[in-house]
Amino acid sequence: MAAEISIDLVKTFPGRPPIRARIAYPVEASTVLILFGPSGSGKTTILRSVAGLEWPEEGIIQFVSRTWLDTASGVRVAPQDRHIGYMAQDYALFPTYTVAGNIGYGLHHLSAQDRNKRVDEMVELFQLRGLETAKPRELSGGQQQRVALARAVAPRPLLLLLDEPLSALDAPTRVHLRDELRSLLKQLALPSIIVTHDWTEALTLGDVMAVISAGNVLQVGPPIEVFSRPQNADVARVVGIETVVKGRVVGSSDGMVQVSVNGTRLTAVEGESAGPDVFVCIRSEDVVLERGQVTASSARNHLAGTVVSATVLGALAQVTIDCGFPLVAMVTRSTVEEFGLSSGVPVVAAIKAGSVHLVSRQSE
Amino acid sequence: MNWIAIWVTVKLAALTALVLLIVGLPIAYWVSFSRRRWKFLVESVVALPLVLPPTVLGFYILVAIGPHSPLGRLYNELVGHPLPFTFEGLLLASILYSLPFAVQPFAAAFEQVDRRLIEASWTLGVSKPGTFFKLIVPLSKAGLLTGAVLSFAHTMGEFGVVLMVGGNLEGETRTVSIDIYDEVQALNYAGAAKTALFLLVVSYAILLLVYAVNRNVWAAWPQK
Repeated sequence: MAAEISIDLVKTFPGRPPIRARIAYPVEASTVLILFGPSGSGKTTILRSVAGLEWPEEGIIQFVSRTWLDTASGVRVAPQDRHIGYMAQDYALFPTYTVAGNIGYGLHHLSAQDRNKRVDEMVELFQLRGLETAKPRELSGGQQQRVALARAVAPRPLLLLLDEPLSALDAPTRVHLRDELRSLLKQLALPSIIVTHDWTEALTLGDVMAVISAGNVLQVGPPIEVFSRPQNADVARVVGIETVVKGRVVGSSDGMVQVSVNGTRLTAVEGESAGPDVFVCIRSEDVVLERGQVTASSARNHLAGTVVSATVLGALAQVTIDCGFPLVAMVTRSTVEEFGLSSGVPVVAAIKAGSVHLVSRQSE
Repeated sequence: MNWIAIWVTVKLAALTALVLLIVGLPIAYWVSFSRRRWKFLVESVVALPLVLPPTVLGFYILVAIGPHSPLGRLYNELVGHPLPFTFEGLLLASILYSLPFAVQPFAAAFEQVDRRLIEASWTLGVSKPGTFFKLIVPLSKAGLLTGAVLSFAHTMGEFGVVLMVGGNLEGETRTVSIDIYDEVQALNYAGAAKTALFLLVVSYAILLLVYAVNRNVWAAWPQK
């Protein structure tokens, strides 16, 4: 049997749409699944069901060769026996224990000597040296996050479950720790499931992504594919970013960054600490189409291309342009008629530098 | 001052608090963590001694442990003498009488423990009893101390139940409050005054301790 995580469950809460989730995907040593969706979509409930903290009325949850839940045959494995690492949104550090005590809490099966050794390894890996005897309330948000992660990872779980791992942090720390978390996850070589509503986190951290809305799983696939090729309008609305392409930072000056996407040069505002390899993300509403001679424009990017397709959606129309990479623009229907936009028509796409979002990605 | 009565009272109060610390924990745990719909039935039974006249409670305990009840007969056969009007009988009555004074602060303290901490403990492979002793008890220290001290203090001052179940046997069941009553009946006001002052001072000191230890934790029932 191929190594796989399979989740198929139904869970209802009074006064809310029922959650019907079905996700199955192959899992390797460090596969990261992203459960992506707006708040209240049911993604946390799915994660908690995998952890054994929530009991679906019906369903099956399997991890590789283990069955954690099978309501039809009455299998209900307690959270204690699932060998998972779980990190709650607010970290849930034990206030009566020190940093070392928190990390060692789940290592009760080890001898005192082995436990101390493992705690020491974790302190080293998560850069918590010097804080071993501190109590959680004395730590900064970023330090608390690292302790919570160290505590979850210390007992060598089979699967790591993170609920909004970065949302409790302030914005600058969040961007910094997002990159840190990605390299940690790769280093730990531990399959994980991460709940998030932040698309930059989904792109940076995820190998597979499940889009969840109103309790239903809408699409499962690699993040870049889900973002750039949403299966239907619902997915597109939930993810909100139509153009996601791989790019490479080739230079920067005066706070601006030059990115090359398949040879096409783009200018973006230098923002978060992006490595050389990035995802270039552009919302379709931020793309302006131009025709003929434009004398002056504040937009820094003018990309010449040809229309691939134009789809009218009520008063608006979604136009896909090939300008070295596929770019999606949202314009009004009258623009489509006035410009005579149809397949093969040349057009110039203008994008403000501030609308070109760069999200760091793993180099390949 | 009647030192024998004081010794009996302190012994009774200390043993009651100790037993309630052991018996009260599982009851309080169940009250604060159970999701049963009929939980309120148990909650109200536990709270009954708060509102019932001690004589009524004492009467029922007396009947329950008397020689005509199965429990009383069993005790008589096992130990060789009946339970009423002995220290052991009085201890049993005190435990029931002070039950809410232990269980309610315990349950209030458990109720305040963040459920997410408990879940974190479970996912780290720690069993429910393990989680209780490693996490919930340390987090509820103040509430446990409050419950133990309040049941101690409450037992120190009990009168009606002692009168009904314990009687008035020197060195066995005569407690401080009974002693004061006796002194007054004998018109020995000076003796009564001394013992009464003793009880007042001790009770006040105990409550000072409780309120100093946790200024805001002591609530009658869990707020939720």
